[in-house]
Amino acid sequence: MTTLLNVKDLRAYYGQVQALHGLSFSLNEGSLVTLLGANGAGKTTTLRAICNMVRSTGAIEFEGKPLNNRSTESIVRFGIAHVPQGRGTFTTMTVEENLQLGAITRKDSAGIVSDIERMYAHFPVLKQRHTQVAGTLSGGEQQMLAVARALMLRPRLMLLDEPSFGLAPLVVRDLFGILGKINREDKVSILVVEQNAQLALELADQAYVIETGRIVMSGKAKDIANNEEIRKSYLGY
Amino acid sequence: MELFTNQVLAGIATGAIYACMALAVVMIYQAIDHLNFAQGEMAMFSTFISWQLMQWGVSYWAAFLMTLAFSFVAGIAIERILFKPLAKAPVLTNVAGFIALFAIINSSAGLIWDFTIKQYPTPFGSSPFLGSQLISTHQAGMIGVTVLLLLGLYFFFQYTRIGLAMRAAASVPESARLVGINTSWMIALGWGMATAIGSIAGMLIAPVVFLEPNMMGGVLIYGFAAAVLGGLSSPFGAVVGGFLVGVFENLAGTYIPGVGNELKLPIALALIISVLVVKPAGLFGRHIVKRV
Repeated sequence: MTTLLNVKDLRAYYGQVQALHGLSFSLNEGSLVTLLGANGAGKTTTLRAICNMVRSTGAIEFEGKPLNNRSTESIVRFGIAHVPQGRGTFTTMTVEENLQLGAITRKDSAGIVSDIERMYAHFPVLKQRHTQVAGTLSGGEQQMLAVARALMLRPRLMLLDEPSFGLAPLVVRDLFGILGKINREDKVSILVVEQNAQLALELADQAYVIETGRIVMSGKAKDIANNEEIRKSYLGY
Repeated sequence: MELFTNQVLAGIATGAIYACMALAVVMIYQAIDHLNFAQGEMAMFSTFISWQLMQWGVSYWAAFLMTLAFSFVAGIAIERILFKPLAKAPVLTNVAGFIALFAIINSSAGLIWDFTIKQYPTPFGSSPFLGSQLISTHQAGMIGVTVLLLLGLYFFFQYTRIGLAMRAAASVPESARLVGINTSWMIALGWGMATAIGSIAGMLIAPVVFLEPNMMGGVLIYGFAAAVLGGLSSPFGAVVGGFLVGVFENLAGTYIPGVGNELKLPIALALIISVLVVKPAGLFGRHIVKRV
């Protein structure tokens, strides 16, 4: 198995405040990795640092190529799709326009058309609402749209920031089921940040636990889920 | 009745110009959240360029197209040189930038072409349109060119990928970057297009107000009134606002005793203030709700 994403000694700063204190982790091609941790642990910052949306130092390599000092929009062209916290929906545009925007860097118009149909097959509710303005969608539908928009890039790696946030438990189950399917069938590697540790560990192959900007635990998701001590002290369930 | 129709049609003709100016203002406002006070001066300078080209013997429409291209490039250059470095600066710094730009362009035009009033040709002539006394061919031409421009812009923003990318960059810049859009260049492109649109307004109104460095002052205030009336967040609103202000201005000048030509401008300003008090988001604007 080859390493797709390799992060070494990542430190990130908001102004004078340091949010990450030398984080290192890696993600293998085709795997689904989760970053767990409490509020303010640095999960979101880690994802934002990968896409150069926050000032950081350290090495971030994608397929051996350094991502540091590249603009956010050029990092996307490596095939890295980032679904940000709050979903980043283009709320004043239609569902279909949102999907087209996901593929804005692609040149194959026929492929884009067929991919939009593929997304409608994945997420039938989006097809029903394809002419509707995205801001009128429910939270769950907007999260589906955000995932579909990210997939329109045909990404190698998808970064998901708390996809379960604000969604009803049943919708979350649905969404995670789809994410697992995308990972297995479309061979998209996924790095997902979650507060819902139980669910994320069920889905993931590999897990890292972050606390105050440092990695305090890592291992196979199964092992971490089965280790009662870790669960109680770090994950709170 | 004929007076009424005549005034409405004349209002639509000047309203077309206000619509262009309002649209240019709104496009830049959408991109960088600031009102471009120098929009009128930029249009005036472009109009002088086209006049100069015609003085050198270039035909009207060739000069028109060359001016469009010049304005597009100049708009991008102004953004790159002056406003890109100011992107994260406080509001007042930007306001100072716009005022400086206003003064620089106004004085340069005066320096190059002096402040005497010049005749500016119309390609449409000024005979009665289709033999009717209601509207002149130039007024009809103003409306026609504006309608073509608006249709073109509508198709550009609605049906092209670059138009879609520009809309995305203006509405949610961070998400736009996350799908791979170079938002910084989209802003520059917006400046280029807004400047070109402004130059069309300048070239169309110049035969009416005559060519001189201060020709766009009043026009820009009407443009602002139109943009505020329609809503600064809505390009469609800005266009509708432009036509409404044009018609309103003419009808008020004709029918409200004591208004006449002199008081038309205060009416535009009164309109801006009334809209801001009664409906700050304008007729078609969205209320911006921010979480705190």
